[in-house]
Amino acid sequence: MPMQFGIFSVGDVTTDPTNGRTPTENERIKAMMQIALKAEEVGLDVFATGEHHNEPFVPSSPTTMLGWLAARTERIILSTATTLITTNDPVKIAEDYAMLQHLADGRVDLLMGRGNTGPVYPWFGKDIRAGIPLAIENYGLLRRLWREDVVDWEGKFRTPLQGFTSTPRPLDGVPPFVWHGSIRSPEIAEQAAYYGDGFLHNGIFWPFDHSKRMIEFYRKRFAHYGHGAEDQAIVGVGGQIFMRKNSQEAVKEFRPYFDNAPVYGHGPTLEDFSRETPLTVGSPEQIIERLLSYRTHFGDFQRMMLLVDHAGLPLKTVLEQLDLLGEEVLPVLRKEYAIGRPAHVPDAPTHASMVAAAAASKTDVLEEVQS
Amino acid sequence: MTARKLVVVSAGLSQPSSSRLLADHLATATARALRARSEDVEVRTVELRDHAHDVVNNTLTGFAPTALREVLDAIAAADGLIVVTPTFRASYSGLFKSFFDVVEEEALADKPVLIGATGGTPRHSLVLEHAVRPLFAYLRSVVVPTGVYAASEDWGTGGGKAHQGLATRVDRAAGEMAALIAAREPVTVADPFASAPSFDQLLG
Repeated sequence: MPMQFGIFSVGDVTTDPTNGRTPTENERIKAMMQIALKAEEVGLDVFATGEHHNEPFVPSSPTTMLGWLAARTERIILSTATTLITTNDPVKIAEDYAMLQHLADGRVDLLMGRGNTGPVYPWFGKDIRAGIPLAIENYGLLRRLWREDVVDWEGKFRTPLQGFTSTPRPLDGVPPFVWHGSIRSPEIAEQAAYYGDGFLHNGIFWPFDHSKRMIEFYRKRFAHYGHGAEDQAIVGVGGQIFMRKNSQEAVKEFRPYFDNAPVYGHGPTLEDFSRETPLTVGSPEQIIERLLSYRTHFGDFQRMMLLVDHAGLPLKTVLEQLDLLGEEVLPVLRKEYAIGRPAHVPDAPTHASMVAAAAASKTDVLEEVQS
Repeated sequence: MTARKLVVVSAGLSQPSSSRLLADHLATATARALRARSEDVEVRTVELRDHAHDVVNNTLTGFAPTALREVLDAIAAADGLIVVTPTFRASYSGLFKSFFDVVEEEALADKPVLIGATGGTPRHSLVLEHAVRPLFAYLRSVVVPTGVYAASEDWGTGGGKAHQGLATRVDRAAGEMAALIAAREPVTVADPFASAPSFDQLLG
């Protein structure tokens, strides 16, 4: 599959501004699971959950949620948005996600992020001013734990390891694919480029030209580190949509959610925000046109993640959004994005493709040794 | 020769506005003083009223809409900044503070800033010293020693040196501002991507 389309949920518990009703934590957690199951049903490729350790967000334990989903889905990739590489112990990330990878038969990848809630750092014994060094050191250790059977390690931020083996070992000897996410820090794009990992710029609250600069920087550095040409870097982008058959209905229905949304409510108008950022509210045709325009900003890319379930939207509405997405939008996006996609632009990585690549490089090494 | 870029920020709200009037006087005098030092000058004047909604939206969303972005970029690229606020409740106006809340913190470091304020009575004149100057000191600007406060009555008072009239104070402030600008290299804004550390540097 050349491109993956998915949804991500931040798992916010937000009052529905149209009726004043606030879901319970239990309702929101169950709703997230219904949304994820629906995502697979309508043909999406990825479901990702956020990780938060503060109200009003419910997803504090992503692998519990994704494990539940792994047992009830067949095909969809289970991912994160984001995994906190700064405040989580990298040893626990290595173990949790390797376990999830086994249970999900490889349908797992991760998006690393630093987290943007100030108090979470001290609650987990960390200093937010060390956010970048924490992301660099912790991820360096995480990679080794997945790639080396026995690890001796010493760093600045956690207790040293002597003769440690993280279990279970990654499925088929291939660690989950890793994306790195950052809105503003070139250091994180640099990190993704250095390792040849994916870079996902979730610029849903930012102007396109900012996302474009971040992605171009990552592509340039990816090529600099010898992983391929700039247009072979693994790029993911974010989007935010609300649609109804008729564009006026979409705007009318979404406006109260927009006007009261936790992130941008009581600020810019829906129209201004739609012009400045990727937010698109309208008919399926308008959604398609906007989502297809991403290619003119970012080039050919590998993954598009959409936000459809925040700001207090009721579950029923979100499920209707997913039906429309699957029926009217997704088939057109797949078809149009395939047209003119150069053959040397890689497909979005999957467990199967990474297993095949690992086998191929092993064969190469054997042939070199034998010749 | 590169023209020196002077950006003038007026937080006046009424039309016509005495803050804008003072800002124009300061800008004209500064440009004259710079030209006297053989420096070319480009002046750009920004009325915060025109960007009031964008300033609030930036505070709420975390990013500057296009029109405001352009102003913030101009400020970062300026060789000198002239700022004038009306005195509201014994301090700078809320809009003035909100605007400087969304200017990137490093953008004003080592930048010459000429401060001005207006008010209905001369009894507010220390607003420059207890409110405006500390704000720019915090931002690590180089604040011109002479700040200029204009009360309503200043607009009807002679400008002569004998009683330190408004015109005299404006000229003194402008002269100091021009000297601070002329003593510095023209400002160039670094591309944050060009100066981003390599991975080796990140590994320390």
